Amino acid sequence: FPDRDSVVARAGTRTSPPRPGSRRARCPFASHGETPSRASSAKDRRPPRGRTGSLSGKRRRARLLGRKRTKQSRTMTIRFLLLVNKQGQTRLANYNENVPQEERRQIEGEIVRKCLARSDKQCNIVEHRNYKVIYRRYASLFFIVGVDEHENELAIHEFIHCVVETLDRHFGNVCELDIMFHLESVHYVLDEMMMNGQIFETNRRAVLSQVKEFDAPPASSS
Amino acid sequence: RRVPAGTPARVHLRTGATPVAMTRLRELIRSVRQCKTSAEERALIAKESAAIRASLREDEHFMRHRNVAKLMYMHMLGYPTHFGQMECVKLIATAGFPEKRVGYLGLMILLDERQEVTMLVTNSIKNDLAHKNHFIVGLALCALGNICTAEMARDVAPEVAQLLNNRNSYVRKKAALCAIRVVNKVPELADSFLDGAEALLADRHHGVLLAAVTLILRLCDGENETDSETAYGGGGRGRGFGKAGFKKGGGGASSDGDASNDDASSAALTRFRRRVPDLVKILRALLHGAYSAEHDVGGQHDPFLQVKLLRLLRVLGAGDAEASDLMSDCLANVASNVNAGKNAGAAVLYEAVRCVVGVESVGGLRVLAVNVLGRFLADKDNNVRYVALNALAKVVGATGADAQAVQRHRRTIVECVKDGDVTIRRSALNLVYSLVNASNVQTLVPELLDYLEVADLEFKADVAKRVANLCSKFAPSDRYRVDAFVTTLVKGGAFVARDECRSFLALLTNRVELQPYATRALFRAAHEARDDAHFPLIGVACWALGEYGDVAVDVAGTKLFEEPPTALTARDVVDTLRSVLADARAPQDVRRVAMVALAKLAPRFSSDENIKKDCVDAVSAFRASLDLEMQQRSAEFDRVFRVGGDVAAATLERVPPMALRDEVGASASSAADLRMAGAAGGVSDANTADLLGDLLGDVGGGATAANAASGADLLGDLLGDVGGGGGAPLFPSGGAPPPSADPLADLMGGSPLTPGPGAAADPLADLMGGVGAAGGGAPVDPMAGLSLGPGAADLLGSPAAPAPAPAVSSAPVTSVVVPALDKHGVSVAFSCAKPNDSDATATTITASYANANAFFLRRFTLRAAVPKSATLALEPASGGDVSPNGGVVTQVLNVVNPLVDSKPLAMRLQVTWSEEGGEERAETATVTFPSGV
Repeated sequence: FPDRDSVVARAGTRTSPPRPGSRRARCPFASHGETPSRASSAKDRRPPRGRTGSLSGKRRRARLLGRKRTKQSRTMTIRFLLLVNKQGQTRLANYNENVPQEERRQIEGEIVRKCLARSDKQCNIVEHRNYKVIYRRYASLFFIVGVDEHENELAIHEFIHCVVETLDRHFGNVCELDIMFHLESVHYVLDEMMMNGQIFETNRRAVLSQVKEFDAPPASSS
Repeated sequence: RRVPAGTPARVHLRTGATPVAMTRLRELIRSVRQCKTSAEERALIAKESAAIRASLREDEHFMRHRNVAKLMYMHMLGYPTHFGQMECVKLIATAGFPEKRVGYLGLMILLDERQEVTMLVTNSIKNDLAHKNHFIVGLALCALGNICTAEMARDVAPEVAQLLNNRNSYVRKKAALCAIRVVNKVPELADSFLDGAEALLADRHHGVLLAAVTLILRLCDGENETDSETAYGGGGRGRGFGKAGFKKGGGGASSDGDASNDDASSAALTRFRRRVPDLVKILRALLHGAYSAEHDVGGQHDPFLQVKLLRLLRVLGAGDAEASDLMSDCLANVASNVNAGKNAGAAVLYEAVRCVVGVESVGGLRVLAVNVLGRFLADKDNNVRYVALNALAKVVGATGADAQAVQRHRRTIVECVKDGDVTIRRSALNLVYSLVNASNVQTLVPELLDYLEVADLEFKADVAKRVANLCSKFAPSDRYRVDAFVTTLVKGGAFVARDECRSFLALLTNRVELQPYATRALFRAAHEARDDAHFPLIGVACWALGEYGDVAVDVAGTKLFEEPPTALTARDVVDTLRSVLADARAPQDVRRVAMVALAKLAPRFSSDENIKKDCVDAVSAFRASLDLEMQQRSAEFDRVFRVGGDVAAATLERVPPMALRDEVGASASSAADLRMAGAAGGVSDANTADLLGDLLGDVGGGATAANAASGADLLGDLLGDVGGGGGAPLFPSGGAPPPSADPLADLMGGSPLTPGPGAAADPLADLMGGVGAAGGGAPVDPMAGLSLGPGAADLLGSPAAPAPAPAVSSAPVTSVVVPALDKHGVSVAFSCAKPNDSDATATTITASYANANAFFLRRFTLRAAVPKSATLALEPASGGDVSPNGGVVTQVLNVVNPLVDSKPLAMRLQVTWSEEGGEERAETATVTFPSGV
């Protein structure tokens, strides 16, 4: 993944050399095979998570309300941002519109299946339902952004990279585990970059200066 | 340093959480990851949820932070977390920054449609907006921007408007985005942000500029979110909570907001159009500014801001020549100078192109834009090609002049059809379809046909269909259509839909001069491609050989210019059809077509006894077929052959010209009129029924002859009825066919006076011709010929009285079938027709007497009486005796009814006959004819 390599190469020049045997020594976005949990591979074979059972009255009502939302403001750019790994497990979900849980799971499942089925040579834009999905793959992790159809796909494509670079600089060589264990940090970063589906800051330093103000570099996960 | 005062433990600020909480969250994550089954995971989460609930009940405030973090994780996994929302509210109300931060984050993530929670936080947010620490203000703005409801929007709008002027850029940019949400929720508040937004354009901070441009885009955008209430609308439950804070009650976006919103957006448009020079200046500065490491992305100076600016320019310039003119230089500059080599540059270029196309640009600039897209098509990056194809499709759809420019890139676009990426192929195909016109059809259709051969399976049917559509729209000649369709059949294999085959055959019936040529072309193609995948081709070829095989053989007389040489003999034709008929791999419907084709050819190749005999033998061989439908068809034809003579010739006539698909719509109304004849019920649907299916249907009718005995017309199909009627005499053991609702039989019974199907002068032949032309499909079936011939009527005439015809009183009476009598296996039906259009009073009634009994009816006579005002003249009947098992005798009654307009004809009739070896019988009936007779 040339994009990713270049980021790492650039990031690597700025970070201190990794301690031997430390988590940082792993390749970025290490896949599950290298996670501390040996059982993870068994878990990964599980079908995508799903809950059964009937909906309570309240939840059913919630879904109905959700269905009513059809018209979207044209200024809504990013409908959602998902981080999903190769096994189809959601690592982060950031929705900018109110989507009921059941529908979220459904959307995520459909989109992830579509994205996973595509080869590297195919373009990174998929049309799904009434919006466009732009995804980028970094090692084992897919960054998936759903936008409305009028959006400039190439700019969003670039924005994904901008997010990854920012995360990379925040965590220093970001990997999937960083995102898993520091979910709220990732959310803080995203909140500094976009709000209500609008991008408002793409300057890495400006973003991180706000986040870093209160977050020390994350402690080692071990 | 800038940490707000009052945080409970400073040490926690460094980790963002208490150490205990952090480990516990990690433990949860780790345990979840160690679960081997979903059930295990569910159990774990249920336990954890219970623990969190307990903790919330205990109100352990030092655990709140950890609980919310855990809830966020569980929420992401898809488990219910609504019980944590109140915890977020409590966290937000605390003084410490980390608690507030996690509280706000939790609120944004966990919030669902429950309105009361957002009501509860309104006050906290208002307090935080006024906080002296700008980080806390930023948190509040961020939360507001993400979850704000209409009520909250009204509450906080003044504060947000004020914060647009905050001296801190961090607050300004967030306030600008928050304003977007406020305007989305309450469009009438847009005015209060106009000044602030305009002032922000002078900002130097890129983030603020980006947010400001986005806000202006929203303000200029007339569309509003009308469903602001349903987004979080939880009904009236929570209404009591923040009512004091409402300014306009809880109504949400009011309906009058729409109108005022349109006004507001047009006011904003006028206002910001004056700022176009400033926007252009900002854009120029970005284009030519000095390199800045902070904002450089792929060689572009803040491409995100450039893209947003261009988008705003597009909105401002649309429909405004002056504004468009102001920005045109800058757009040309972008379009010619930005390097599309990197994704960031391509994004800017793409947006510039969309801007050029969207505003009132001059022609040269538009051509430049299209050329940029043309260059995109050759780009190595798939994403760039994809957006270019989509953009070009929009340009082609929009205007004619730009379409010219797009045509120049046709070759590149066609290349994209063969791209390795299926998404691009699909986009490119759509674009190619929209590019085709009369001038380039001959270059593009072969490309599409080439593609058809290698296309993905999921595309083939679509491509085949589109090629057929394009050819019918733009083909230079009918011969071109024939060639293109034969190629489609060859390359599309099994993916060519029956619809296309049918409309092609309909075309063929209408183009006499092309019939031999097309038949030979199909014959060649079918011979070259004999494998499983080409059964649509073989089916069509068999059909054409059956209809036009005899004329196709005459190569010299019918050869078209530059036609490839084919030495086609009658022997070839018959052998081909016989091999298809005998081919066990071929689908049944194709084999049935082959059988009908052979049957139809038999009388036409009668000059050569051997060939004729082969045809007859091949058809008759299936009398013992296990396939019931084949068997019946075979038996019927066998009978036709044995009767021979005029009967066979007329029965196996060539089909009349069918209505072409594009003409069907126009004649739909006349088809509806014809429906009243009952028979037309099947016919007028024929454009939706399909050719091969009809064949099936009519044979199926024979198969269900036993069912027809119940009087139910199972197929409801014209041809099915023919089969039912025809099948009966051949199966005497099945019992005499009882009365069946068979209007067609009456058409047949009513037609003995017609000199034959070829005589178009006859009104009934006209009728049939008209039905065929309007309906299209039914006469495709060779069996339809049966209904035309007088001999066929004798042979196949139904003994049964027809069901009452659904008369359409408003329509002119061309032919109405009226059942008159049905007793003792004897049925009498009247078929009425107007002998000349000018005279509405005169009616020719053809009475048909059908005998369903197993014995002869001797001395069958009919006496009829009409009102005094009318006159009646009976012509001699076609026979004195009615033969058994479906025998039919017809008689013509000429009626003149001067009161036709006011009073339809009524008739009293008596029929008498003597049954063979039995008694004399007499039956009387009163018949009321439909209006118009």
